[in-house]
Amino acid sequence: MKRSWNGSVWLGFGITLVAILSYFLVFLRFPVTRDIPWVTFALFVPAVWLLVTGVNRAFGQPERYRGKVAGPILSTLSIALIGLFGYFAFALTKDLPQASAALHAGQQAPDFTLADASGKPVALSEILRHNRGAVLIFYRGYW
Amino acid sequence: MGISVDSSEDSRKLCQSQGYTFPILSDPKADVIRRYGVLHARAGMNDQDIARPAEFLVDASGTIRWVNLTDDIRVRARPESVLRAIDELLPAKASAR
Repeated sequence: MKRSWNGSVWLGFGITLVAILSYFLVFLRFPVTRDIPWVTFALFVPAVWLLVTGVNRAFGQPERYRGKVAGPILSTLSIALIGLFGYFAFALTKDLPQASAALHAGQQAPDFTLADASGKPVALSEILRHNRGAVLIFYRGYW
Repeated sequence: MGISVDSSEDSRKLCQSQGYTFPILSDPKADVIRRYGVLHARAGMNDQDIARPAEFLVDASGTIRWVNLTDDIRVRARPESVLRAIDELLPAKASAR
């Protein structure tokens, strides 16, 4: 009997890749899906189910399905990728210094003068002289 | 105003690609970042000192009225919460400019 291609395993691996790539390419842009990667995690569920099904078929019904080599390899790769993503989403991004080090409400904002994108110096005191206030957005930078 | 350790040149490219109209300031040695207590030492590429994401609302007298720090770099202040803080905490200027 002709052994069929183990689609489950390849589909499971494919969905894992799509889940992770879509986070970085699409869902990172929207706060709702960036803060907690709902869609990515939701996609991991069918991905893992497909991989388990596929490996079961490869070893449980070897006369019907191929995949004794591809199955374990793709499954291991997928689990590794899911693990890495989990590490990135939950551990690495929380590695921050003490929040208490930052200035807090009620304190005086230190004045400063820094160059803007065209090289022109901008002073906080000058901005405050002409506006209701200022929002200072510190960010990591694009390097 | 955006503040990071990026150079003016890098900030200019960022402004152009994203179409920002507000000032993006360059703090390459992280001096201002340190004074505001938002330093994240050696967290940049090549172990560069950078800022942790943080937003400060400062009123016209220079007093800090609202601070947003998160415990996860992916999570930033939503525009709605900043605008709400501005409406609640900053008095409108009495005289027309």
